[in-house]
Amino acid sequence: MNGLSVIVKTVTRWVAGFIFLYGLYIMAYGHLTPGGGFAGGVILACAFVLWLMAYGRKGSEQLLPYRAAANLDSVGALAFWALAILGLAAGGEFFLNVIQQRSPGQALHLFSAGIIPLCNIAIALKVCASLVVVTLLLAVLRVAVNGTDEQFKSEEAES
Amino acid sequence: MVHLLTLLLVFMIIGAILALTTKDLLSAVIAVGAVGFGCSVVFLLLKAPDVAITQIVVEVLTLVILIRATVGRREVTASGTRDRPGMAAVAALVLLFLVFGVMAMQGQPAFDFGTPVMARVERTPSAFFLANGLRKTGAANIVSSVLLDFRGYDTLGEATVLFTAIIGAVAVLRQRGRRSTASQEKGDAS
Repeated sequence: MNGLSVIVKTVTRWVAGFIFLYGLYIMAYGHLTPGGGFAGGVILACAFVLWLMAYGRKGSEQLLPYRAAANLDSVGALAFWALAILGLAAGGEFFLNVIQQRSPGQALHLFSAGIIPLCNIAIALKVCASLVVVTLLLAVLRVAVNGTDEQFKSEEAES
Repeated sequence: MVHLLTLLLVFMIIGAILALTTKDLLSAVIAVGAVGFGCSVVFLLLKAPDVAITQIVVEVLTLVILIRATVGRREVTASGTRDRPGMAAVAALVLLFLVFGVMAMQGQPAFDFGTPVMARVERTPSAFFLANGLRKTGAANIVSSVLLDFRGYDTLGEATVLFTAIIGAVAVLRQRGRRSTASQEKGDAS
């Protein structure tokens, strides 16, 4: 899988950054406007998948290696869990919005609502990383589609 | 408004039937994508932008993955016989739908469709969320405040389900186990 034509690669180079930025916006403003962690994470994953389709496996490995995506997946899940535990540790209840109770921000501003934006960021990290992992598994490594194929042969030749 | 919704629903039903009946896998995937986009527009018309955004974004990503997985496939046609229990179940569901439809047309629906619980019952949790969401959580988007504050357990469960699904996919599709069976078969052949 060596990627697509020069036209697609050039357009991808222009567009992928904007898609990524839009995903960050949907994620960060999830507590104020429609959107949130899940939708933002999927849009971030869309930017990676576009890059992956245009530049092939080698190009996407430079951007986000498989191993790093798998680790980010775990980091996102653990961060969400840690935010829930934070309520238990500091306030006495699981999932208590501690930051909002201690120092409530100004409503309708970006820095408000306590742990909700932080939870959104954790979920977006988790969803983005896991979708990139699944795309790499299903569409690029092509283990499930073609069975034993060139992937193994080339790896065996390298080792 | 209702006519537009009906039109979209008919479009989605046609897309779903096409996806089931067509022999070509790529056409079936594209038909499923059309159903998803119609669903997203329906959500937008019903004033649920959060769900609409999630629906359209997930639809795009799954469509890309599915097309990528089907295009390179050697056999592009699905074959197989129709199973009679499945057909019987579909026929029973259609019959049930027709009964409810006729009852609704005659103005005496079996259930109180279209009236949310919080309009019928006093002191429901959803009415409490709507009234106190901004004051209690500080989040202007009421959906976000319900998802991550009032109903945080559900979201944690959803994240756990996603995590487990990814672990299962990685375990099934990993390379190391497959490589050993491949070399085994090679050894058997030689």
